[in-house]
Amino acid sequence: MKDKQLIVSAIKNGTVIDHIPARNLFKVISILSLERIDTQITFGTNLDSKRFGSKAIIKIADKYFLDEEVNKIALVAPQAKLNIIRDYEVIEKRDVEVPDSITGIVKCVNPKCITNNEEVIAKFSVIQSDDIALKCIYCEKITHQDQMTII
Amino acid sequence: MKNKSLVSITDYSRDEYLKILDLAAEFEKNPNQEILKGKLIATLFFEPSTRTRLSFESAVNRLGGRVVGFSDASSSSVTKGETLKDTIKMVTNYVDLIVMRHPLEGAARYASEVASVPVVNAGDGANQHPSQTLLDLYSIRKTQGKLEDLNIFMIGDLKYGRTVHSLLMAMSHFNPTFYFISPDELKMPKEYLMFLEQRGIKYYEYKDFMPIISQADIVYMTRVQKERFSDPIEYEKTKNAYILRNSMLDNTRPNMKILHPLPRVNEIAADVDENPKAYYFTQALNGLYVRQAIISSILGLK
Repeated sequence: MKDKQLIVSAIKNGTVIDHIPARNLFKVISILSLERIDTQITFGTNLDSKRFGSKAIIKIADKYFLDEEVNKIALVAPQAKLNIIRDYEVIEKRDVEVPDSITGIVKCVNPKCITNNEEVIAKFSVIQSDDIALKCIYCEKITHQDQMTII
Repeated sequence: MKNKSLVSITDYSRDEYLKILDLAAEFEKNPNQEILKGKLIATLFFEPSTRTRLSFESAVNRLGGRVVGFSDASSSSVTKGETLKDTIKMVTNYVDLIVMRHPLEGAARYASEVASVPVVNAGDGANQHPSQTLLDLYSIRKTQGKLEDLNIFMIGDLKYGRTVHSLLMAMSHFNPTFYFISPDELKMPKEYLMFLEQRGIKYYEYKDFMPIISQADIVYMTRVQKERFSDPIEYEKTKNAYILRNSMLDNTRPNMKILHPLPRVNEIAADVDENPKAYYFTQALNGLYVRQAIISSILGLK
């Protein structure tokens, strides 16, 4: 199955991000700022997945990500898998890891937080990484996974 | 602690708490000293808090320092639309230390990042008010002779009360047993209970304090505010259950003391004031010495 899918729109060199929950595809695109990349990008969404019901996949030609870049997507796609492609071959598979701290990306859940009222970039320490919980370093309130708004 | 901002009670370690308390005890013996001579302190009150501002300003003045600032955002350039960042950047040019109160949560942490001088948080919304917590610790140690192994009763609004949350965090260093007494709607939030469980600290939750009040070393009262209830009928039913009256103190321990962050409305009846177990007015006075200790240790003068 996997081979078939890769052949359909196989890339020669680049990164394939698989196992993105379908509903979070556009969040992943925004977190990785893919709109600013000028190489070829293909994505599919609402694909069948035994794990999520429906998943999305993104293939980015000629682009490799740093761990710290890609770990940011752990907030919305913690199960995502990265396939690093060189010359049509998968040379490496990587999991995403929830980072220790998050700058930007997420909005603090507290409407009375300074970051929601002045031009201050939200910063969080990650206090729980399975069911993600972020503690705002400013107002000290906790933003849980189900409350997260991606900026 | 020199040059270190005090924004949150968790910024200080157990040893640092104790250092501040020891220093405050020195100031209590001799509150008028010239050690802040030549120092200029800003008190920036973006929302009014007369009690806290007077306490900080008295602390500075009694040590020979000078104060500039404002007591209300309406008398500052905030009304012209100036950002917090710009206000802090400007003030930081003039003074040796900034004391600030702000209605937004996290404002003091942000100010401490922007300022080139230390910042003391005098309250940021419902978040932190560390000098209050340190004066609570001081009052507990002074009345009990120790901080360790005490039965701490917290009564009233435990959900929104920032003072009880900070006191819980600070006391967790001293092996307390907590008794939380509140209506269902205003119970101690789960995250704090989890914190205690992780640290192996005992706590009990009750709705009524009368059957157990004889166990208390410290009774920390807070105000139950009507606007915190989603159901006004629930407020009417519960409001009288959290009022402390003099007649309720008969079987309490001789060392027991009643604390309250003030202002009080009706949660402590006026007849309690004359009872030697009432400590809240002295507690407020202790704030002066504790703030003298905080300011002089941050400025490296003690």
